[in-house]
Amino acid sequence: MTGLEMAATAGIWTLEILAIAVTVALSVAYITYAERRVIGWIQVRKGCNRVGPAGLLQPLADGLKLVLKETIIPTTANKFLFIAAPIMSLTPALVAFAVVPFGETSLFGIWDGPHVMAIANLNVGLLYIMAISSLSIYGILMAGWSSNSKYPFIGAIRSTCQMISYEISMGFGLVTVMMLAGSLNLADIVHAQAGGIQHWYMIPLFPMLLVYFISGCAETARTPFDLVETEELVSGYYTEYSGMWFATFSLAEYGAMILISLMTSILFLGGWYAPIPALDFIPGTFWLLGKTAFLIFVFIWFRATFPRYRYDQMMRLGWKVFLPWALAWIAVVGIFIYTPGLDSIINFWMPWR
Amino acid sequence: MGAAYLANEYIPIIIFIVIALVMGVAPLALTYLLAEQKPDAEKLSAYECGFEAFEDARMQFDVRFYLLAILFVVFDLESAFLFPWAIVLNKIGFFGFVEMMLFLVILLVGYIYAWKKGALQWE
Repeated sequence: MTGLEMAATAGIWTLEILAIAVTVALSVAYITYAERRVIGWIQVRKGCNRVGPAGLLQPLADGLKLVLKETIIPTTANKFLFIAAPIMSLTPALVAFAVVPFGETSLFGIWDGPHVMAIANLNVGLLYIMAISSLSIYGILMAGWSSNSKYPFIGAIRSTCQMISYEISMGFGLVTVMMLAGSLNLADIVHAQAGGIQHWYMIPLFPMLLVYFISGCAETARTPFDLVETEELVSGYYTEYSGMWFATFSLAEYGAMILISLMTSILFLGGWYAPIPALDFIPGTFWLLGKTAFLIFVFIWFRATFPRYRYDQMMRLGWKVFLPWALAWIAVVGIFIYTPGLDSIINFWMPWR
Repeated sequence: MGAAYLANEYIPIIIFIVIALVMGVAPLALTYLLAEQKPDAEKLSAYECGFEAFEDARMQFDVRFYLLAILFVVFDLESAFLFPWAIVLNKIGFFGFVEMMLFLVILLVGYIYAWKKGALQWE
């Protein structure tokens, strides 16, 4: 490969990456808008409708306002960690999108076979997602510790504790997906669910779908698990941050929410496949993004509907309900695979076997 | 699965990390340059509902958080064992399945012990 070809390849990669990273940032802006409108609608009020037609320019106005706010770095804070924390929490939230397959395309017949639309179609994709998304805990810990203020400190400890507790049940839930798909590659996992809604993993793994999605709510600190930003803690680990610095943490949180919705669609809801094979003429990306949009709506719906958990209730749910439930489901799937008679049932979802 | 695979799949990730870092730093730098900065001593003090800070914030915290972190290490390692096992489950057969179930039972004993001791209990 010549230098020119390498430069061209790197340029194409950069464009692809920008197409995803910038879209994620923009969708975060419009999810905040959707959230306000949907919650307004659920609570029988208007929501934001003043800036632009139907309030559509509201996110831009918010962004502009945030950029024009003063940067406050407390004198008692640890400066280096305080500045690094927002970057440390945003970067993993974006980088995790590198392995997400957004569909398959043969580029209108230019390529001979369908190619997976992912920045990097890693053979360890699921492991990569798990690893990168747990890195964002460091940003939270750094923010809470470096602020040298009580509310962020307590907020960071609670936040970390909540995230690590739910990460375990999340990991165990994913093990069952791997047992059925026999692969960590996200495209392989979607391929294993081809052929209509009855092949999707949400049917044999329905309890794990609940565990994964609810744990995702807890991981991203969404209602009903938003204890890290309860009134008693002012605003949790980012109390000391102002303006755009504060918004960077929100950006990371909403980015994580999009990622959880995407992953739930890919792992349990058949990814880019239509519920009925006859509907597969609609491009897969639309299906995947449609499922994701629905799950994001569910996140918002949760927020408008559920009261907040108490800390002990949340810990009980994570450690005493989800963990044994997920472990039991691993055993159940394994027993189904290895018991003569029962294996013919589970083989329906393991077409590669 | 060689150097070409690694280059094709991992170099884009490295580029992505660089772009994500830029996307993290740029708005922070932009707001610092655009917004008017008028710091004063009160504004830059740590927030404590309008009071002077009583004491340093690096205080003691409940030991249960620490206990939970230890339990997390145990169970997270456990899932790190389960990941490769789940992938090759079809190849290692019934024997491999029983082996992992035995391992899970041993872990379960520890889990029940932690439960009975009240390590998972918050009031």
